[in-house]
Amino acid sequence: MLDFLASVGRIFIHFLEATGRLTLFTVVSVSHCFRPPFYPRLIGRQLIDMGFYSLPVVGLTALFTGMVLALQAHTGFSFAAETGVAIIVVLSVTRELGPVIAGLMVAGRIGAAIAAEIGTMRVTDQIDALSTLSTNPYKYLVVPRLIAGTIALPCLVFIADVIGVFGGFLVGTYSLDYNPNSFLSVMWDNLSTDDVVSGLVKSAVFGFIVALLGCYHGYHSRGGAQGVGAATTYAVVSASIMILLSDYLLTAIFFSS
Amino acid sequence: MSGKIKIAVRGLKKSFGSKVVLDGVDFDLNEGESLVIIGGSGTGKSVTVKCILGLMTPDEGSIVIDGVEATTLSSGERFKLLRKFGMLFQGAALFDSLPVWENVAFGLIQGHGMARGRAKEIAIQKLGAVGLGPEVAMLSPAELSGGMQKRVGLARAIAAEPEIIVFDEPTTGLDPIMADVINDLIIKCVKDLGATAISITHDMASTRKIADRVAMIYKGRIIWSDTADRIDHSGNEFVEQFIHGSAEGPIKMEIRAL
Repeated sequence: MLDFLASVGRIFIHFLEATGRLTLFTVVSVSHCFRPPFYPRLIGRQLIDMGFYSLPVVGLTALFTGMVLALQAHTGFSFAAETGVAIIVVLSVTRELGPVIAGLMVAGRIGAAIAAEIGTMRVTDQIDALSTLSTNPYKYLVVPRLIAGTIALPCLVFIADVIGVFGGFLVGTYSLDYNPNSFLSVMWDNLSTDDVVSGLVKSAVFGFIVALLGCYHGYHSRGGAQGVGAATTYAVVSASIMILLSDYLLTAIFFSS
Repeated sequence: MSGKIKIAVRGLKKSFGSKVVLDGVDFDLNEGESLVIIGGSGTGKSVTVKCILGLMTPDEGSIVIDGVEATTLSSGERFKLLRKFGMLFQGAALFDSLPVWENVAFGLIQGHGMARGRAKEIAIQKLGAVGLGPEVAMLSPAELSGGMQKRVGLARAIAAEPEIIVFDEPTTGLDPIMADVINDLIIKCVKDLGATAISITHDMASTRKIADRVAMIYKGRIIWSDTADRIDHSGNEFVEQFIHGSAEGPIKMEIRAL
Protein backbone atom coordinates (compact mmCIF):
# COMPACT_ATOMS: atom_id res chain seq x y z
CA MET A 1 0.00 0.00 0.00
CA LEU A 2 2.80 2.38 0.95
CA ASP A 3 4.63 1.54 -2.29
CA PHE A 4 1.51 2.38 -4.27
CA LEU A 5 1.11 5.71 -2.48
CA ALA A 6 4.79 6.47 -3.02
CA SER A 7 4.39 5.80 -6.75
CA VAL A 8 1.36 8.08 -6.96
CA GLY A 9 3.25 10.75 -5.03
CA ARG A 10 6.26 10.47 -7.35
CA ILE A 11 4.06 10.79 -10.44
CA PHE A 12 2.32 13.81 -8.94
CA ILE A 13 5.64 15.48 -8.06
CA HIS A 14 6.96 14.82 -11.59
CA PHE A 15 3.77 16.31 -13.01
CA LEU A 16 4.19 19.43 -10.87
CA GLU A 17 7.87 19.69 -11.85
CA ALA A 18 7.02 19.44 -15.55
CA THR A 19 4.21 21.97 -15.21
CA GLY A 20 6.49 24.38 -13.39
CA ARG A 21 9.24 23.97 -15.99
CA LEU A 22 6.81 24.54 -18.85
CA THR A 23 5.29 27.59 -17.14
CA LEU A 24 8.73 29.07 -16.55
CA PHE A 25 9.75 28.33 -20.14
CA THR A 26 6.57 30.02 -21.41
CA VAL A 27 7.02 33.11 -19.25
CA VAL A 28 10.68 33.54 -20.24
CA SER A 29 9.93 32.92 -23.92
CA VAL A 30 7.00 35.34 -24.06
CA SER A 31 8.94 38.01 -22.16
CA HIS A 32 11.70 37.77 -24.78
CA CYS A 33 9.11 38.37 -27.53
CA PHE A 34 8.88 41.99 -26.39
CA ARG A 35 12.55 42.73 -25.75
CA PRO A 36 15.23 43.42 -28.38
CA PRO A 37 17.17 42.18 -30.21
CA PHE A 38 14.61 40.88 -32.69
CA TYR A 39 15.39 38.62 -35.61
CA PRO A 40 13.00 39.55 -38.46
CA ARG A 41 14.96 37.44 -40.96
CA LEU A 42 14.45 34.33 -38.81
CA ILE A 43 10.78 35.15 -38.22
CA GLY A 44 10.33 35.45 -42.01
CA ARG A 45 12.07 32.12 -42.60
CA GLN A 46 9.89 30.42 -39.98
CA LEU A 47 6.75 31.98 -41.47
CA ILE A 48 7.62 30.45 -44.83
CA ASP A 49 8.43 27.06 -43.25
CA MET A 50 5.35 26.95 -41.04
CA GLY A 51 2.88 28.76 -43.27
CA PHE A 52 3.75 28.47 -46.94
CA TYR A 53 5.10 24.92 -46.87
CA SER A 54 2.13 23.71 -44.77
CA LEU A 55 -0.35 24.99 -47.35
CA PRO A 56 -0.56 21.80 -49.47
CA VAL A 57 -1.20 19.46 -46.55
CA VAL A 58 -3.61 21.82 -44.77
CA GLY A 59 -5.41 22.73 -48.01
CA LEU A 60 -5.84 19.11 -49.02
CA THR A 61 -7.09 18.14 -45.57
CA ALA A 62 -9.54 21.04 -45.53
CA LEU A 63 -10.83 20.20 -49.02
CA PHE A 64 -11.62 16.59 -48.14
CA THR A 65 -13.00 17.56 -44.73
CA GLY A 66 -15.49 19.93 -46.37
CA MET A 67 -16.40 17.29 -48.95
CA VAL A 68 -16.90 14.53 -46.39
CA LEU A 69 -18.89 16.89 -44.17
CA ALA A 70 -21.33 17.67 -46.99
CA LEU A 71 -21.79 13.97 -47.72
CA GLN A 72 -22.26 13.04 -44.08
CA ALA A 73 -24.67 15.93 -43.45
CA HIS A 74 -26.69 14.91 -46.49
CA THR A 75 -27.01 11.29 -45.41
CA GLY A 76 -27.34 11.97 -41.68
CA PHE A 77 -29.70 14.95 -41.90
CA SER A 78 -31.75 14.11 -44.98
CA PHE A 79 -34.75 15.96 -43.51
CA ALA A 80 -32.76 19.20 -43.55
CA ALA A 81 -31.58 18.70 -47.12
CA GLU A 82 -29.94 21.65 -48.86
CA THR A 83 -30.28 24.33 -46.21
CA GLY A 84 -29.06 22.11 -43.40
CA VAL A 85 -26.09 20.81 -45.35
CA ALA A 86 -24.96 24.31 -46.33
CA ILE A 87 -25.23 25.57 -42.75
CA ILE A 88 -23.49 22.54 -41.28
CA VAL A 89 -20.62 22.80 -43.76
CA VAL A 90 -19.98 26.52 -43.37
CA LEU A 91 -20.31 26.68 -39.59
CA SER A 92 -18.46 23.45 -38.85
CA VAL A 93 -15.56 24.37 -41.08
CA THR A 94 -15.14 27.98 -39.94
CA ARG A 95 -15.85 27.49 -36.25
CA GLU A 96 -14.35 24.12 -35.58
CA LEU A 97 -12.92 21.82 -38.21
CA GLY A 98 -10.76 24.39 -40.01
CA PRO A 99 -8.82 25.46 -36.92
CA VAL A 100 -8.67 22.05 -35.25
CA ILE A 101 -7.67 20.03 -38.30
CA ALA A 102 -5.16 22.64 -39.43
CA GLY A 103 -3.81 22.78 -35.86
CA LEU A 104 -3.41 19.01 -35.68
CA MET A 105 -1.79 18.80 -39.11
CA VAL A 106 0.63 21.59 -38.22
CA ALA A 107 1.33 19.92 -34.85
CA GLY A 108 2.35 16.79 -36.74
CA ARG A 109 4.34 18.58 -39.40
CA ILE A 110 5.81 21.61 -37.64
CA GLY A 111 5.74 20.63 -33.95
CA ALA A 112 7.73 17.51 -34.74
CA ALA A 113 10.18 19.42 -36.96
CA ILE A 114 10.77 22.11 -34.31
CA ALA A 115 11.36 19.55 -31.56
CA ALA A 116 13.70 17.51 -33.75
CA GLU A 117 15.71 20.54 -34.91
CA ILE A 118 16.09 22.17 -31.50
CA GLY A 119 16.57 18.77 -29.84
CA THR A 120 19.42 17.93 -32.22
CA MET A 121 20.93 21.35 -31.55
CA ARG A 122 20.73 20.61 -27.83
CA VAL A 123 22.39 17.19 -27.93
CA THR A 124 25.13 18.38 -30.31
CA ASP A 125 26.03 21.40 -28.13
CA GLN A 126 24.79 23.88 -30.74
CA ILE A 127 22.59 25.63 -28.16
CA ASP A 128 25.57 25.99 -25.82
CA ALA A 129 27.54 27.31 -28.80
CA LEU A 130 24.87 29.98 -29.35
CA SER A 131 25.30 31.13 -25.75
CA THR A 132 29.09 31.28 -26.02
CA LEU A 133 28.61 33.47 -29.11
CA SER A 134 26.67 35.96 -26.95
CA THR A 135 23.36 34.99 -28.49
CA ASN A 136 20.40 34.22 -26.27
CA PRO A 137 18.94 30.87 -27.44
CA TYR A 138 15.45 31.94 -26.37
CA LYS A 139 15.60 34.99 -28.60
CA TYR A 140 17.29 33.24 -31.51
CA LEU A 141 15.49 29.88 -31.50
CA VAL A 142 12.26 30.12 -29.52
CA VAL A 143 10.89 33.62 -30.14
CA PRO A 144 10.93 33.51 -33.98
CA ARG A 145 9.08 30.18 -33.91
CA LEU A 146 6.51 31.41 -31.38
CA ILE A 147 5.79 34.56 -33.38
CA ALA A 148 5.71 32.70 -36.70
CA GLY A 149 3.43 29.96 -35.30
CA THR A 150 1.00 32.51 -33.86
CA ILE A 151 0.83 34.41 -37.17
CA ALA A 152 1.05 31.54 -39.67
CA LEU A 153 -1.73 29.33 -38.35
CA PRO A 154 -4.54 31.93 -38.61
CA CYS A 155 -3.45 32.63 -42.20
CA LEU A 156 -3.47 28.90 -42.94
CA VAL A 157 -6.85 28.47 -41.29
CA PHE A 158 -8.35 31.35 -43.25
CA ILE A 159 -7.28 29.62 -46.46
CA ALA A 160 -8.41 26.25 -45.08
CA ASP A 161 -11.84 27.74 -44.32
CA VAL A 162 -12.23 28.89 -47.91
CA ILE A 163 -11.01 25.56 -49.33
CA GLY A 164 -13.11 23.49 -46.89
CA VAL A 165 -16.29 25.40 -47.68
CA PHE A 166 -15.44 25.11 -51.37
CA GLY A 167 -15.11 21.32 -50.92
CA GLY A 168 -18.58 21.18 -49.35
CA PHE A 169 -19.91 23.35 -52.16
CA LEU A 170 -18.41 21.04 -54.81
CA VAL A 171 -20.00 17.93 -53.31
CA GLY A 172 -23.28 19.75 -52.65
CA THR A 173 -23.67 21.03 -56.18
CA TYR A 174 -21.99 18.33 -58.34
CA SER A 175 -22.69 15.19 -56.34
CA LEU A 176 -25.89 16.00 -54.43
CA ASP A 177 -27.43 18.20 -57.12
CA TYR A 178 -28.16 21.20 -54.91
CA ASN A 179 -28.74 24.53 -56.58
CA PRO A 180 -25.36 26.38 -56.49
CA ASN A 181 -26.87 29.83 -56.03
CA SER A 182 -29.17 28.93 -53.18
CA PHE A 183 -26.46 26.74 -51.55
CA LEU A 184 -24.05 29.69 -51.58
CA SER A 185 -26.62 32.20 -50.39
CA VAL A 186 -27.65 29.96 -47.46
CA MET A 187 -23.99 29.65 -46.49
CA TRP A 188 -23.44 33.39 -46.74
CA ASP A 189 -26.63 34.31 -44.85
CA ASN A 190 -25.81 32.01 -41.95
CA LEU A 191 -22.14 32.94 -41.60
CA SER A 192 -21.31 35.74 -39.18
CA THR A 193 -18.05 37.55 -38.56
CA ASP A 194 -17.88 35.97 -35.10
CA ASP A 195 -17.78 32.49 -36.64
CA VAL A 196 -14.71 33.32 -38.70
CA VAL A 197 -13.00 35.44 -36.04
CA SER A 198 -13.48 32.83 -33.31
CA GLY A 199 -11.86 30.24 -35.60
CA LEU A 200 -8.94 32.54 -36.35
CA VAL A 201 -8.40 33.38 -32.67
CA LYS A 202 -8.46 29.68 -31.85
CA SER A 203 -5.94 28.99 -34.58
CA ALA A 204 -3.59 31.71 -33.26
CA VAL A 205 -3.70 29.96 -29.87
CA PHE A 206 -3.12 26.58 -31.52
CA GLY A 207 -0.15 27.96 -33.48
CA PHE A 208 1.36 29.31 -30.27
CA ILE A 209 0.82 25.96 -28.53
CA VAL A 210 2.39 23.94 -31.36
CA ALA A 211 5.47 26.19 -31.53
CA LEU A 212 5.81 26.45 -27.74
CA LEU A 213 5.62 22.71 -27.08
CA GLY A 214 7.92 21.92 -30.02
CA CYS A 215 10.50 24.36 -28.65
CA TYR A 216 10.04 23.23 -25.04
CA HIS A 217 10.50 19.52 -25.70
CA GLY A 218 13.38 20.13 -28.10
CA TYR A 219 15.10 22.52 -25.70
CA HIS A 220 14.93 20.02 -22.84
CA SER A 221 15.80 16.89 -24.81
CA ARG A 222 18.60 14.75 -23.45
CA GLY A 223 20.54 11.65 -24.38
CA GLY A 224 21.28 11.67 -28.10
CA ALA A 225 19.11 10.29 -30.88
CA GLN A 226 16.74 8.50 -28.52
CA GLY A 227 16.18 11.70 -26.54
CA VAL A 228 15.48 13.67 -29.71
CA GLY A 229 13.03 10.99 -30.87
CA ALA A 230 11.24 11.08 -27.52
CA ALA A 231 11.13 14.90 -27.60
CA THR A 232 9.54 14.77 -31.06
CA THR A 233 6.88 12.34 -29.89
CA TYR A 234 6.13 14.35 -26.75
CA ALA A 235 5.89 17.55 -28.79
CA VAL A 236 3.29 16.13 -31.18
CA VAL A 237 1.25 14.27 -28.55
CA SER A 238 1.21 17.11 -26.01
CA ALA A 239 0.43 19.73 -28.67
CA SER A 240 -2.45 17.63 -30.01
CA ILE A 241 -3.92 17.17 -26.54
CA MET A 242 -3.47 20.85 -25.69
CA ILE A 243 -5.12 21.86 -28.97
CA LEU A 244 -8.21 19.79 -28.19
CA LEU A 245 -8.30 20.97 -24.57
CA SER A 246 -7.90 24.66 -25.45
CA ASP A 247 -10.43 24.22 -28.28
CA TYR A 248 -13.05 23.22 -25.75
CA LEU A 249 -12.15 26.08 -23.40
CA LEU A 250 -12.15 28.69 -26.18
CA THR A 251 -15.42 27.38 -27.61
CA ALA A 252 -16.94 27.62 -24.14
CA ILE A 253 -15.72 31.21 -23.86
CA PHE A 254 -16.83 32.30 -27.35
CA PHE A 255 -20.19 30.58 -27.53
CA SER A 256 -21.25 30.16 -23.89
CA SER A 257 -23.89 32.86 -24.21
CA MET B 1 51.97 36.46 -19.43
CA SER B 2 51.28 39.53 -17.32
CA GLY B 3 50.78 37.77 -13.97
CA LYS B 4 47.38 39.40 -13.61
CA ILE B 5 44.71 36.88 -12.64
CA LYS B 6 42.15 36.54 -15.44
CA ILE B 7 39.97 33.80 -13.94
CA ALA B 8 39.85 32.81 -10.27
CA VAL B 9 37.81 29.77 -9.30
CA ARG B 10 37.17 29.05 -5.63
CA GLY B 11 35.32 26.21 -3.93
CA LEU B 12 33.29 25.30 -7.01
CA LYS B 13 30.74 22.58 -6.27
CA LYS B 14 28.20 20.96 -8.51
CA SER B 15 26.06 17.85 -8.02
CA PHE B 16 23.49 16.12 -10.20
CA GLY B 17 21.07 14.49 -7.78
CA SER B 18 23.18 12.41 -5.43
CA LYS B 19 26.18 12.35 -7.80
CA VAL B 20 28.81 14.88 -6.77
CA VAL B 21 30.71 16.01 -9.86
CA LEU B 22 32.60 19.04 -8.56
CA ASP B 23 33.63 18.95 -4.93
CA GLY B 24 35.44 22.23 -4.38
CA VAL B 25 37.48 23.11 -7.47
CA ASP B 26 40.06 25.87 -6.92
CA PHE B 27 42.45 27.37 -9.44
CA ASP B 28 43.71 30.67 -10.83
CA LEU B 29 44.39 31.40 -14.47
CA ASN B 30 46.76 34.25 -15.30
CA GLU B 31 46.28 36.56 -18.24
CA GLY B 32 47.92 35.19 -21.39
CA GLU B 33 48.45 31.79 -19.81
CA SER B 34 47.42 28.49 -21.35
CA LEU B 35 46.01 26.13 -18.72
CA VAL B 36 45.19 22.55 -19.58
CA ILE B 37 42.94 20.60 -17.24
CA ILE B 38 43.51 16.87 -17.53
CA GLY B 39 41.58 14.05 -15.97
CA GLY B 40 39.63 10.91 -16.77
CA SER B 41 36.14 10.77 -18.17
CA GLY B 42 33.47 11.88 -15.70
CA THR B 43 35.87 13.63 -13.34
CA GLY B 44 34.31 17.07 -13.84
CA LYS B 45 36.43 18.74 -16.54
CA SER B 46 33.55 19.69 -18.82
CA VAL B 47 31.32 20.72 -15.92
CA THR B 48 34.06 23.05 -14.63
CA VAL B 49 34.32 24.76 -18.00
CA LYS B 50 30.53 24.93 -18.41
CA CYS B 51 30.25 26.61 -15.00
CA ILE B 52 32.90 29.18 -16.01
CA LEU B 53 30.97 29.92 -19.21
CA GLY B 54 27.68 30.13 -17.33
CA LEU B 55 26.19 27.20 -19.26
CA MET B 56 25.66 25.53 -15.87
CA THR B 57 24.98 27.13 -12.53
CA PRO B 58 27.27 25.87 -9.75
CA ASP B 59 25.73 24.83 -6.44
CA GLU B 60 28.43 26.64 -4.48
CA GLY B 61 31.64 28.56 -5.05
CA SER B 62 32.95 31.61 -6.77
CA ILE B 63 34.13 32.32 -10.33
CA VAL B 64 35.75 35.73 -10.76
CA ILE B 65 36.51 36.79 -14.33
CA ASP B 66 38.45 40.05 -14.73
CA GLY B 67 37.44 40.99 -11.20
CA VAL B 68 33.73 40.35 -11.81
CA GLU B 69 31.88 37.65 -9.88
CA ALA B 70 30.34 35.62 -12.70
CA THR B 71 28.07 33.33 -10.69
CA THR B 72 25.69 36.14 -9.68
CA LEU B 73 25.39 37.93 -13.03
CA SER B 74 22.00 38.50 -14.64
CA SER B 75 21.29 36.87 -18.00
CA GLY B 76 22.02 40.11 -19.90
CA GLU B 77 25.29 40.73 -18.03
CA ARG B 78 26.28 37.10 -18.63
CA PHE B 79 25.86 37.47 -22.41
CA LYS B 80 27.96 40.67 -22.30
CA LEU B 81 30.68 38.85 -20.36
CA LEU B 82 30.61 36.01 -22.89
CA ARG B 83 31.81 38.46 -25.57
CA LYS B 84 35.23 37.99 -23.96
CA PHE B 85 35.10 34.26 -24.68
CA GLY B 86 35.61 32.03 -27.68
CA MET B 87 34.94 28.32 -27.46
CA LEU B 88 35.92 25.31 -29.50
CA PHE B 89 33.54 22.46 -28.73
CA GLN B 90 34.51 18.79 -28.73
CA GLY B 91 32.24 18.00 -31.69
CA ALA B 92 32.78 21.51 -33.17
CA ALA B 93 29.02 22.22 -32.61
CA LEU B 94 28.71 23.98 -35.95
CA PHE B 95 25.24 25.23 -36.87
CA ASP B 96 24.21 22.83 -39.60
CA SER B 97 21.54 25.18 -40.93
CA LEU B 98 24.16 27.80 -41.85
CA PRO B 99 27.01 27.75 -44.37
CA VAL B 100 30.57 27.65 -43.06
CA TRP B 101 31.19 31.39 -43.40
CA GLU B 102 28.05 32.25 -41.40
CA ASN B 103 29.14 29.83 -38.69
CA VAL B 104 32.47 31.64 -38.41
CA ALA B 105 30.87 35.09 -38.64
CA PHE B 106 27.98 34.25 -36.28
CA GLY B 107 29.45 35.88 -33.18
CA LEU B 108 30.41 38.98 -35.14
CA ILE B 109 26.94 39.40 -36.67
CA GLN B 110 24.74 38.39 -33.73
CA GLY B 111 26.97 39.11 -30.75
CA HIS B 112 28.75 42.25 -31.97
CA GLY B 113 26.18 43.60 -34.46
CA MET B 114 28.63 43.72 -37.39
CA ALA B 115 27.31 44.12 -40.96
CA ARG B 116 27.08 40.80 -42.81
CA GLY B 117 29.38 41.87 -45.65
CA ARG B 118 32.22 42.91 -43.35
CA ALA B 119 31.65 39.83 -41.16
CA LYS B 120 31.93 37.58 -44.22
CA GLU B 121 35.30 39.15 -45.14
CA ILE B 122 36.59 38.51 -41.63
CA ALA B 123 35.20 34.96 -41.67
CA ILE B 124 37.08 34.15 -44.89
CA GLN B 125 40.23 35.70 -43.41
CA LYS B 126 39.88 33.57 -40.25
CA LEU B 127 39.24 30.46 -42.32
CA GLY B 128 42.55 31.23 -44.05
CA ALA B 129 44.22 31.50 -40.65
CA VAL B 130 43.22 27.90 -39.89
CA GLY B 131 44.30 26.65 -43.31
CA LEU B 132 40.95 26.59 -45.11
CA GLY B 133 40.47 28.32 -48.44
CA PRO B 134 37.61 30.64 -49.43
CA GLU B 135 36.02 27.79 -51.42
CA VAL B 136 35.08 26.20 -48.08
CA ALA B 137 33.12 29.27 -47.01
CA MET B 138 29.95 28.43 -48.91
CA LEU B 139 29.89 24.74 -48.00
CA SER B 140 27.56 23.28 -45.42
CA PRO B 141 29.20 21.89 -42.23
CA ALA B 142 27.87 18.43 -43.17
CA GLU B 143 30.13 18.48 -46.25
CA LEU B 144 33.30 18.81 -44.15
CA SER B 145 35.51 16.12 -42.63
CA GLY B 146 35.96 15.93 -38.84
CA GLY B 147 39.30 17.73 -39.00
CA MET B 148 37.89 20.49 -41.20
CA GLN B 149 34.94 20.91 -38.84
CA LYS B 150 37.35 21.33 -35.93
CA ARG B 151 39.25 23.97 -37.90
CA VAL B 152 36.02 25.82 -38.73
CA GLY B 153 35.13 25.59 -35.02
CA LEU B 154 38.53 27.09 -34.21
CA ALA B 155 38.01 29.86 -36.77
CA ARG B 156 34.64 30.60 -35.16
CA ALA B 157 36.21 30.64 -31.69
CA ILE B 158 38.83 33.22 -32.72
CA ALA B 159 36.69 35.27 -35.15
CA ALA B 160 35.74 37.94 -32.62
CA GLU B 161 39.31 38.03 -31.24
CA PRO B 162 38.29 36.97 -27.73
CA GLU B 163 40.34 37.56 -24.60
CA ILE B 164 39.74 34.01 -23.33
CA ILE B 165 39.49 30.89 -25.49
CA VAL B 166 38.16 27.60 -24.19
CA PHE B 167 39.05 24.35 -25.91
CA ASP B 168 36.96 21.28 -25.08
CA GLU B 169 38.79 18.11 -26.12
CA PRO B 170 40.27 19.82 -29.19
CA THR B 171 41.96 16.71 -30.62
CA THR B 172 39.50 13.98 -29.67
CA GLY B 173 38.48 11.83 -32.62
CA LEU B 174 41.20 13.11 -34.93
CA ASP B 175 44.10 11.18 -36.46
CA PRO B 176 47.53 11.99 -34.91
CA ILE B 177 48.61 14.22 -37.79
CA MET B 178 45.41 16.25 -37.83
CA ALA B 179 45.56 16.42 -34.02
CA ASP B 180 49.04 17.93 -34.29
CA VAL B 181 47.82 20.39 -36.93
CA ILE B 182 45.04 21.48 -34.56
CA ASN B 183 47.54 21.79 -31.68
CA ASP B 184 49.79 24.01 -33.83
CA LEU B 185 46.80 26.13 -34.84
CA ILE B 186 45.72 26.51 -31.21
CA ILE B 187 49.22 27.67 -30.21
CA LYS B 188 49.38 30.07 -33.17
CA CYS B 189 45.91 31.51 -32.61
CA VAL B 190 46.37 31.96 -28.87
CA LYS B 191 49.79 33.55 -29.41
CA ASP B 192 48.60 35.83 -32.23
CA LEU B 193 45.64 37.05 -30.18
CA GLY B 194 47.54 37.21 -26.89
CA ALA B 195 44.57 35.37 -25.43
CA THR B 196 44.22 33.42 -22.23
CA ALA B 197 43.43 29.78 -22.93
CA ILE B 198 41.80 27.05 -20.93
CA SER B 199 41.67 23.56 -22.41
CA ILE B 200 40.31 20.26 -21.20
CA THR B 201 41.67 17.07 -22.63
CA HIS B 202 42.98 13.60 -21.88
CA ASP B 203 45.33 13.70 -24.86
CA MET B 204 48.79 13.95 -23.27
CA ALA B 205 50.56 14.80 -26.54
CA SER B 206 48.21 17.75 -26.93
CA THR B 207 48.68 18.72 -23.28
CA ARG B 208 52.47 18.77 -23.56
CA LYS B 209 52.28 20.89 -26.69
CA ILE B 210 49.73 23.57 -25.80
CA ALA B 211 49.98 23.93 -22.01
CA ASP B 212 51.87 26.53 -20.01
CA ARG B 213 50.39 25.02 -16.89
CA VAL B 214 48.61 21.74 -16.23
CA ALA B 215 46.02 20.94 -13.58
CA MET B 216 44.72 17.46 -12.90
CA ILE B 217 41.16 16.98 -11.73
CA TYR B 218 40.09 13.84 -9.93
CA LYS B 219 36.79 13.17 -8.19
CA GLY B 220 35.73 16.80 -8.56
CA ARG B 221 38.88 18.38 -7.11
CA ILE B 222 42.10 19.75 -8.53
CA ILE B 223 44.62 17.32 -7.05
CA TRP B 224 47.75 18.65 -8.75
CA SER B 225 48.73 21.79 -10.63
CA ASP B 226 52.11 22.94 -11.93
CA THR B 227 53.93 24.16 -15.02
CA ALA B 228 53.77 21.87 -18.05
CA ASP B 229 57.49 21.02 -17.90
CA ARG B 230 56.98 19.57 -14.40
CA ILE B 231 54.37 17.03 -15.45
CA ASP B 232 56.89 14.18 -15.84
CA HIS B 233 58.30 14.87 -12.38
CA SER B 234 55.08 15.62 -10.54
CA GLY B 235 55.67 13.23 -7.69
CA ASN B 236 51.93 12.66 -7.68
CA GLU B 237 50.93 9.04 -8.13
CA PHE B 238 47.58 9.98 -9.70
CA VAL B 239 49.28 12.17 -12.31
CA GLU B 240 51.94 9.49 -12.91
CA GLN B 241 49.29 6.87 -13.57
CA PHE B 242 47.28 9.18 -15.82
CA ILE B 243 50.14 10.39 -18.02
CA HIS B 244 51.41 6.83 -18.50
CA GLY B 245 47.89 5.54 -19.17
CA SER B 246 48.39 2.66 -16.76
CA ALA B 247 45.55 0.51 -15.43
CA GLU B 248 47.60 -0.06 -12.27
CA GLY B 249 47.63 2.72 -9.70
CA PRO B 250 45.47 4.68 -7.30
CA ILE B 251 42.84 5.51 -9.95
CA LYS B 252 40.59 2.48 -10.08
CA MET B 253 37.96 1.80 -12.70
CA GLU B 254 34.86 0.14 -11.37
CA ILE B 255 34.73 -3.01 -13.48
CA ARG B 256 32.46 -5.93 -12.61
CA ALA B 257 33.29 -9.54 -13.36
CA LEU B 258 31.83 -10.99 -16.56
